[in-house]
Amino acid sequence: MVNPKLKAPDGPPSDVEGIKDRSNFLRGTLAEVMEDRISAGIPEDDNRLMKHHGSYLQDDRDLRNERQKQKLEPAYQFMLRLRLPGGVATPEQWLVVDDLAEKYGNGTLKLTTRQTFQMHGILKWNMKKTIQAIHSTMLDTIAACGDVNRNVMCISNPDQSEIHEEVYELAKMLSDDLLPRTRAYHEIWLDEEKVAGSPEVDEETEPMYGPLYLPRKFKIGIAVPPSNDIDIFSQDLGFIAIVEDGKLIGFNVAIGGGMGFSHGDKATYPQLSKVIGFVTPDKIYEVAEKTITIQRDYGNRSVRKNARFKYTVDRLGLETVIEELENRLGWKLEEARGFKFDSNGDRYGWVKGIRGKWHFTMFIEGGRVADFDGYNLKTALREIARVHKGDFRLTANQNLIIGNVADEDKAAIESLIEKYGLTDGSRYSALRRGSMACVALPTCGLAMAEAERYLPGLIDKIDEIADEAGLRNEEITIRMTGCPNGCARHALGEIGFIGKAVGKYNMYLGAAFDGSRLSKMYRENIGEEEILNELRVILPRYARERLDGEHFGDFVIRAGIIEATTDGTNFHD
Amino acid sequence: MLQLQVMNSPFNEEQTELLNRLLPTLTETQSLWLSGYLAAVQSSTLQAAPAVEERPAPASVPSIPKEVTILFGSQTGNAQNLAKKAGKSLEEKGFQVIVSSMSDFKPNNLKKVKNLLIVVSTHGEGDPPDNALTFHEFVHGKRAPKLEDFRFSVLALGDSSYEFFCQTGKDFDKRLEELGGTRITPRVDCDLDFDEPAAQWVEAVLSGLSEGASSSQSPSTASVSAAAPAESVYSRSNPFRAEILENINLNGRGSNKETRHLEISLEGSGLTYQPGDSLGVYPENDPELVDLLLAEMNWDPEEAVRVKEETVTLKEALTSHFEITVLTKPLVEKAAKLSGNEELHQLASDSAQMKSYIDGRDLIDLVRDFKPWNSTAQEFIAILRKMPARLYSISSSFEANPDEVHLTIGAVRYDAHGRERKGVCSILCAERLQPGDTLPVFIQHNENFKPPENPDTPIIMVGPGTGIAPFRSFMQEREESGAEGKSWLFFGDQHFVTDFLYQTEWQRWLKDGVLSKMDVAFSRDGDEKVYVQHRMQENSREVFEWLEQGAAVYICGDEKHMAHDVHNTLIDIIEKEGGMSREQAGEYLADMQKNKRYQRDVY
Repeated sequence: MVNPKLKAPDGPPSDVEGIKDRSNFLRGTLAEVMEDRISAGIPEDDNRLMKHHGSYLQDDRDLRNERQKQKLEPAYQFMLRLRLPGGVATPEQWLVVDDLAEKYGNGTLKLTTRQTFQMHGILKWNMKKTIQAIHSTMLDTIAACGDVNRNVMCISNPDQSEIHEEVYELAKMLSDDLLPRTRAYHEIWLDEEKVAGSPEVDEETEPMYGPLYLPRKFKIGIAVPPSNDIDIFSQDLGFIAIVEDGKLIGFNVAIGGGMGFSHGDKATYPQLSKVIGFVTPDKIYEVAEKTITIQRDYGNRSVRKNARFKYTVDRLGLETVIEELENRLGWKLEEARGFKFDSNGDRYGWVKGIRGKWHFTMFIEGGRVADFDGYNLKTALREIARVHKGDFRLTANQNLIIGNVADEDKAAIESLIEKYGLTDGSRYSALRRGSMACVALPTCGLAMAEAERYLPGLIDKIDEIADEAGLRNEEITIRMTGCPNGCARHALGEIGFIGKAVGKYNMYLGAAFDGSRLSKMYRENIGEEEILNELRVILPRYARERLDGEHFGDFVIRAGIIEATTDGTNFHD
Repeated sequence: MLQLQVMNSPFNEEQTELLNRLLPTLTETQSLWLSGYLAAVQSSTLQAAPAVEERPAPASVPSIPKEVTILFGSQTGNAQNLAKKAGKSLEEKGFQVIVSSMSDFKPNNLKKVKNLLIVVSTHGEGDPPDNALTFHEFVHGKRAPKLEDFRFSVLALGDSSYEFFCQTGKDFDKRLEELGGTRITPRVDCDLDFDEPAAQWVEAVLSGLSEGASSSQSPSTASVSAAAPAESVYSRSNPFRAEILENINLNGRGSNKETRHLEISLEGSGLTYQPGDSLGVYPENDPELVDLLLAEMNWDPEEAVRVKEETVTLKEALTSHFEITVLTKPLVEKAAKLSGNEELHQLASDSAQMKSYIDGRDLIDLVRDFKPWNSTAQEFIAILRKMPARLYSISSSFEANPDEVHLTIGAVRYDAHGRERKGVCSILCAERLQPGDTLPVFIQHNENFKPPENPDTPIIMVGPGTGIAPFRSFMQEREESGAEGKSWLFFGDQHFVTDFLYQTEWQRWLKDGVLSKMDVAFSRDGDEKVYVQHRMQENSREVFEWLEQGAAVYICGDEKHMAHDVHNTLIDIIEKEGGMSREQAGEYLADMQKNKRYQRDVY
């Protein structure tokens, strides 16, 4: 019997629903418009579809006005995001991606907060060549963006290597098996011959997604306590590994998290997922698939701002969703098991894993791999990739692990780290290592303010304040985004900045160090001077008044500086 | 004869006195000649005046008037203008004149011509201009007729900084003599500053023709060429100081190129132009270069010097009146005469050495390399060429932008002989010219680069780099006039992102259907260099279809490589798609050229 509460919101479908509907399973006119030589851009409708192929059109916003005067179109370029389940790449793959960034991109790589590579600045006519080169190294960009299940995250913390392998395989399986089935990607980018014959039947082409795919993006992650490095509560669907006697026995299931919201719109808010039960490892695909179909059927296809699964859960009610999930599964979830997280950050430096292999975690500021003035990071990592026999793991905090280094190979890697000064102190303060920033200006079309380009300079100044207060080695997470969409999971930073306008930010405080509590707005629309003035008061106070082991995010609440956000629905209160 | 008085005539006292003294002395022939002369002058100058009174029948029929044919070969329009001007002068003196471009002249009629004047320019490596090609070939070929009782003279235009200075004029001069002709007056070779020598040539031609003419010359009432539109008082010799309205770089950041887009006000000048016309600009020299020269010669910048009728400071003279950035053979020869430097004398007498020396060097090199100089500044500047005007294809339509003219100018910078060299006018525009400043300009009409008269005729435009300029003018004009013919533009440059000149305008015209088709080639974006001719090749079938539909083809831009390659590509396409032999394809294109369906503005 169908629960009467189970209903999608009324209202006409949004424009994107129409575009998907007319697209013939994500094809649209992409093949044609990519051939056009008069513009480096593509029409908006095709750009919407392009996302499902892992890319979208951007332009260099720094040049927008200037180029308009010069009678030139905007400096259109594509961002290309890879699908890299769990953030694991081989040294060979690293070298291919590194080379593509030089050859077709802007010469840099962005390690994203969802553990994958992003390339910027690719011109239209180089897209096919780039995607084909990615394909040649056994990687792809399918579903890296768009209204589908995105890159599946999983723990990268090398301490846990005894079950990392097992968890990683599950993440990869989820990512592979939840892919769209349309051949559009292969036809458009890889020159696959169109299969002749009968027209495609919806149910056969996309048995799970259907022709309209999902109302909005869908994110899955797997965490292994005590590390919450992937911010499990920010995912639409999270699996929390339960380990007993060194063995993986199953996962707690959490549903309905998500970071994005819109300034000034209280119907939108960041939300943390809720744990709804426990399943054994063999069941997680089934759980993922059924959860996705609930969102497919009842998500909001009318208003995209309210289309994420978190709103579906909050609207239908958690109990209703659990009941429907169990209906669709045909069995009941077990009771959730106990677990404890201690941090959502990374641990830096060398760690010896359970199987005797070494892992080196290094901080990558803003996730940007580039050759900077006096700091040739990109070159260094290329040289490491050339001698490295293990793997690379991209962390959810935009950092990098040089993983699975044998005893006898460690010295070679270490000497390269030394040679290029990859761990020099000035780039390595505790505050800096706990920082994240999204791309924002100049390429992101959504950004209202700087993030990646600005945060390092701001941290220089905050570091001075922290130093004076004696907090030099204190870990506090700082996250900055150029807009409220939350690519750097701003609402889970102990200090969060969300761009409002160029040079202006809303400042948030009170998130938990382990990612279990959202922040709340502390000051609205303030510039650098006001930000620093606030911190000149709060940070010394924290240094003086904190309890033993008390994290900054907890302190500001205990001290009454900010009220705790107990649920996404009271984030704006 | 009636005694003229102030009361019974329109003349004033001085005039009546002069006339009364002159008229009684005239013979019958003289007075007859004079009456006809006055009538002809009247008919050619007073367009709006009421019909000229019928000329009284002369008492006796004079000998048949002398006919003169003036043929011009012109790329930028200078030769054409001079030919027309000469024609006018001759008509005023009572000659029957036919003025025609060489391409419009039937070569077989050459036999019938008794007096031929040639006004022709030279391009590139001594090449004839486009509309002189066929005639040049004919005269030099086996089919050229023996010319008996044939008189001619050549006015050659050129630029003495090129090795083959006035070569085409020299060719005609030599060949016409070989064919049996005699010279009315020796050939005159004009450098960039051609006005004076050209006027002298016309004088010499006139007196030469008069000497050989039959005892009397009858005035002619042959109708003068169609009325020209009201001409502005501003011209090549009297340029208009036009205000700069806008000056922007069209190339995006990171480009290897700099292309200036200038918007210039013509308000109050009365100047108008048609698509395909050019704007002449008189630039000033780079002040740094002038200072360098002054310092090198130890000259006082404030020293007063005479330039023509004026007295100006030496600095002003070197800045605005003379060319200092180019060395020419005549200049080096004259400099040698001023100098006691033995090496310079040697250089001036060795043409091979001279050729290699003047290439890429300027006056500063010369004065540095061959010290000492003992002549005065006045003596020295007397050997310099007058500052020549630069001609730029206009990139706007007057209809679309009344009282404005737009230019598209590529900044020229390069290193030669250890110094950075800069284009005089392009770098003035790129580095010093601000909105609000003024430039001396004039309009150079170009009859050899005009959109088809029939608005339905399809057009194919090939204009890479700054060659795009006239096509922007064409498009603006078509948008204004609502011309229905199909249009197809081929454009190319180095990089798509930074060098797609006027990109958003083409996009809009494509969207609105003003431009039907556009193909672009960016040579440095891919692994292989791709140029406009490759895009034409890729579309060869359709290009040929358009040609068969009567399309007119326009090429603008670099002569040396692009125009040559595109020309050959067109022949390739006609050969391949038309199933013709190479020779037939060449004739097909030559035929198009003759019918003004293949026009080039190359430089």
